[in-house]
Amino acid sequence: MSDYNFAYLDEQTKRMIRRAILKGLAIPGYQVPFASREMPMPYGWGTGGVQVSAAVLTPDDTFKVIDQGADDTTNAVSIRRFFQKTADVAVTEATAEASVIQTRHRIPEEQMNAGQILVYQVPIPEPLRFLEPSEVETRKMHALEEYGLMHVKLYEDISQHGAIATAYAYPVKVEDRYVMDPSPIPKFDNPKLSMPAIQLFGAGREQRIYALPPFTKVVSLDFDDYPFEATKADHACDLCGSTESYLDELIVDDAGGRMFMCSDTDYCTSRRKAGHIGAQGVPYEEDAA
Amino acid sequence: MTPLLQVENIAKLYGARIGCTDVSFDLYPGEVMGIVGESGSGKSTLLNCLAGHLVPDRGAVKFDTRADGQHDGGLRDTVTMSEPERRMLSRTDWAFVHQHARDGLRMNVSAGGNVGERLMAVNARHYGEIRDTATDWLGRVEIAADRIDDRPTAFSGGMQQRLQIARNLVTGPRLVFMDEPTGGLDVSVQARLLDLLRGLVREMGLSAIIVTHDLAVVRLLADRLMVMKDGQVVETGLTDQVLDDPQHAYTQLLVSSVLQV
Repeated sequence: MSDYNFAYLDEQTKRMIRRAILKGLAIPGYQVPFASREMPMPYGWGTGGVQVSAAVLTPDDTFKVIDQGADDTTNAVSIRRFFQKTADVAVTEATAEASVIQTRHRIPEEQMNAGQILVYQVPIPEPLRFLEPSEVETRKMHALEEYGLMHVKLYEDISQHGAIATAYAYPVKVEDRYVMDPSPIPKFDNPKLSMPAIQLFGAGREQRIYALPPFTKVVSLDFDDYPFEATKADHACDLCGSTESYLDELIVDDAGGRMFMCSDTDYCTSRRKAGHIGAQGVPYEEDAA
Repeated sequence: MTPLLQVENIAKLYGARIGCTDVSFDLYPGEVMGIVGESGSGKSTLLNCLAGHLVPDRGAVKFDTRADGQHDGGLRDTVTMSEPERRMLSRTDWAFVHQHARDGLRMNVSAGGNVGERLMAVNARHYGEIRDTATDWLGRVEIAADRIDDRPTAFSGGMQQRLQIARNLVTGPRLVFMDEPTGGLDVSVQARLLDLLRGLVREMGLSAIIVTHDLAVVRLLADRLMVMKDGQVVETGLTDQVLDDPQHAYTQLLVSSVLQV
């Protein structure tokens, strides 16, 4: 433990990041530039989220990491171990027990509560990027609230696919002011963005931090005649039988066999522990791998 | 009658070199003004200063703005107004047609999206209505309705230029800036484009400022003409008057240089 400062980053760096976070919380949806540090993992693995987590973690925190909803994927396991090693914090897989949750591409199914912090890993924080390549121009568009271009993207979706086909990283307007990329969460999760917990977004490579304070007004952009719809696979979880949760589709053999299961592993496991069984599920057993 | 645009002593310097200097004129509603001159005479610099793309070093560009919540409207200097207001003007009351269509179009967005962008920028939020307007405008610039979902990259040069015009006129601007609208097009396509532009300008009662080095274009479109040389205006007058009876030596040279077929 003595080899590292608490949570890897030095105190001055954490202070700088906390300043960016506070500014982000004061201006919901505004992308605050910060001096992103080189982290001992490649860009794209959550270097932004890791720096934000390092800046908000305290020794008393309980930490949880999810990647596409799962606690047991490489990305989640390596980031969790990173903070176990460098911060010696308690870790958990249970959403309700965690005080800080770092997430990639999902919001936990279970209701988040006041006092919790949700940290997102963000690959590209600029929602206008693919329509307007110039950063100078996009900053000006944010400053002057010129967001017509965002609807051009949705228009293109409808004209090509007959419906708004954007299924993840669905643009939202925050407090009637800033248009924000909610990171690549499925649009199923968009209605949950207004929640009692604090949400922090960190983009390491792009050097931006933005934030949503509790109960911020977050509206998904849409057209009057093509309203926003939070979609999910029209199926129930094959393991726990939930019809409420966001599902992953798995190909299970080479004969077209497939199953749907909750992407949030903690949610699915706790339902199975409580005795819910899906179409292809078996009763939950401790340590059944 | 109030002029729509009042230009007073506009000057733009590039260091010691002169871009354009001491340009003043009034433009009245429904009037089309042509600006001609050789390459490097300051035509485009002047146009960019008027349209707010460049900040002039001296002078005022007063536009007859509509009344809104904060201002009474009337003639206001667009050089000193705030940037949000100027940008709002440039997507409502003003339009700018670039010489190269790809400068004025979004090449990775479909034709319908290109036309709809200005509508969405002024808060149109009904897909069906945006699409109907886009289809209508494509028809008015003679682009087949079934090309609405094609990208401009799939269009010919003349079609791209017509699409750019549709995209600019869809919000019903009152003043259109055109920078060599027929440049790079072959003569038959040019003729059709000019015909179309003349029709639209008359029908919508637009005012326009057209920069070109092609005297045939101004002969067809412009009511009044301004001849520029070395950043200065050397002659102004009614188009036919200037072209048929040029007074200044340079204008005489310009008119006599036109190739006769």
